[in-house]
Amino acid sequence: MAKVKEIAVVASQTRLGDDVYSMWIKTEEIAAQAEPGQFVDLYTKDGAKLLPRPISICETDKKKGLLRLVYRVVGEGTEEFSHYREGDSVEVMGPLGNGFPLEAGGKGKKAFLIGGGIGIPPMLELAKHLPCEKQVVLGYRDALFLNEEFHPYGDTYIATEDGSTGTKGNVLDAIRENGLKGDVIFACGPTPMLKALKAYAFENEMECYLSLEEKMACGIGACLACVCKSKSVDEHSMVHNKRICKDGPVFKAEEVEF
Amino acid sequence: MNTKVNLAGVELKNPVMTASGTFGSGEEYSEMIDLNHLGAVVTKGVANVPWPGNPTPRIAETYGGMINAIGLQNPGMEVFIKRDIPFLKKYDTKIIVNVCGKTTEDYIEVVERLADEPVDMLEINISCPNVKEGGIAFGQDPKAVEAITREVKRYAKQPVIMKLSPNVTDIGVMAKAAEAGGADVLSLINTLTGMKIDINRRTFAVANKTGGLSGPAIKPIAVRMVYQAANAVKLPIIGMGGIMNAEDAMEFILAGATAVSVGTANFRNPYAAEEVVKGIEDYMKKYHVEDIRELIGAVR
Repeated sequence: MAKVKEIAVVASQTRLGDDVYSMWIKTEEIAAQAEPGQFVDLYTKDGAKLLPRPISICETDKKKGLLRLVYRVVGEGTEEFSHYREGDSVEVMGPLGNGFPLEAGGKGKKAFLIGGGIGIPPMLELAKHLPCEKQVVLGYRDALFLNEEFHPYGDTYIATEDGSTGTKGNVLDAIRENGLKGDVIFACGPTPMLKALKAYAFENEMECYLSLEEKMACGIGACLACVCKSKSVDEHSMVHNKRICKDGPVFKAEEVEF
Repeated sequence: MNTKVNLAGVELKNPVMTASGTFGSGEEYSEMIDLNHLGAVVTKGVANVPWPGNPTPRIAETYGGMINAIGLQNPGMEVFIKRDIPFLKKYDTKIIVNVCGKTTEDYIEVVERLADEPVDMLEINISCPNVKEGGIAFGQDPKAVEAITREVKRYAKQPVIMKLSPNVTDIGVMAKAAEAGGADVLSLINTLTGMKIDINRRTFAVANKTGGLSGPAIKPIAVRMVYQAANAVKLPIIGMGGIMNAEDAMEFILAGATAVSVGTANFRNPYAAEEVVKGIEDYMKKYHVEDIRELIGAVR
């Protein structure tokens, strides 16, 4: 099976707080193929907004053919999505990109699952699939969302920028304050966080996988909008660029330069 | 019903192709559509050596359009010849290679290298707004347009399409300049230079500050320019600029385009080019048109 673009039906939509929404959509073909760390493109109904919005997959229910998308309202496109209700339709393409390498979190390993802000949602499906011991570290500006849903999968540590919950500061402050140790990092979040985690992984000799984000157009590797700097010459581009949508969004930390 | 069109001796099964830069070399879209259905695939710009392109963010959405400043990132002609041409040869569609360069010599190097490759036509990109040298610098001066067309024609074995810039005062003058230089076909329009400001971050939305505006927002300008160019020269014209569906494509054909390119629409709808092919056939059936050539430039 290949990626598909189809009309999905909204199964439910709830507000998780502030500008964060959780939407389950019924899209059997995409749900059947989806792997942790992949994303989908959602299209607005307003033709004046041309480009799809890439949104990470938070959870997959393959039996029911459902995908859960947890997203933040940041502009008019995501604002439109937030008004969808059960039974509404939404055009979706996916699954897109490559997910997290599950084999890197095999039994006997100890992993950090780190999510920052709207990078938290994809870590939930990953948490369900990694057989290793998991320590979940979540970074927020202030209000929390999704954090309790991680509890079944491992010890969860919180950092907030305003100090309202857990460690005051960022995810690395939480790791240090709690004296956490591990072998491998899986992370998704803002670029400064990923950059800091890459350095931390190097200093602590940890394996590290990062999920990156960039403005995208096609979502399938043709337009070359969403590139990141790569350490080596990429065989597709022949320059130091990788495509986040097609070669990523998950990269081994050593592969990418910030 | 005949949907075949002829561009400088190259027969296309239908007038629909993909606009350069929006379709790679077709590989990514081949997972979603059947390239055999397209009249031609126009590749992303190919230079003599690999180009890294511009810093990110490279795109921004605007009302009814988008701004891009990819900067012609491409793997260079050797990789293109080894990897992309054999891929495209598997399909029953014409191969049009978009050629980019910084100097006349760069363009010629690519044109010469492609001379004996199984490429049906060359599209010379003298109108990219995102590269300082080459690109738009050539496309805004009629003397330069004529001169580079003449130079490229000396070395090209395939028919030469000159891709014109809309960022000019009089498109007719540019079209005539390309014709005087010996161009076989014209394609227009490339993107319009645009800018978007991110008011929340108080910065430019694309790192290059300016970029090329494409999408339905530019379609009326593109239709007008195709009409003006078609009235200025005798050359066949490939029309493009905001074609989202068959109705848009028909506007260009009626304005004087022999063929059309689907570009930005691919990003919103990967099936767009295929749907335009089907929609043109439907239009012909609806109005009992036997031959598409009856429609080319039918609105005067």
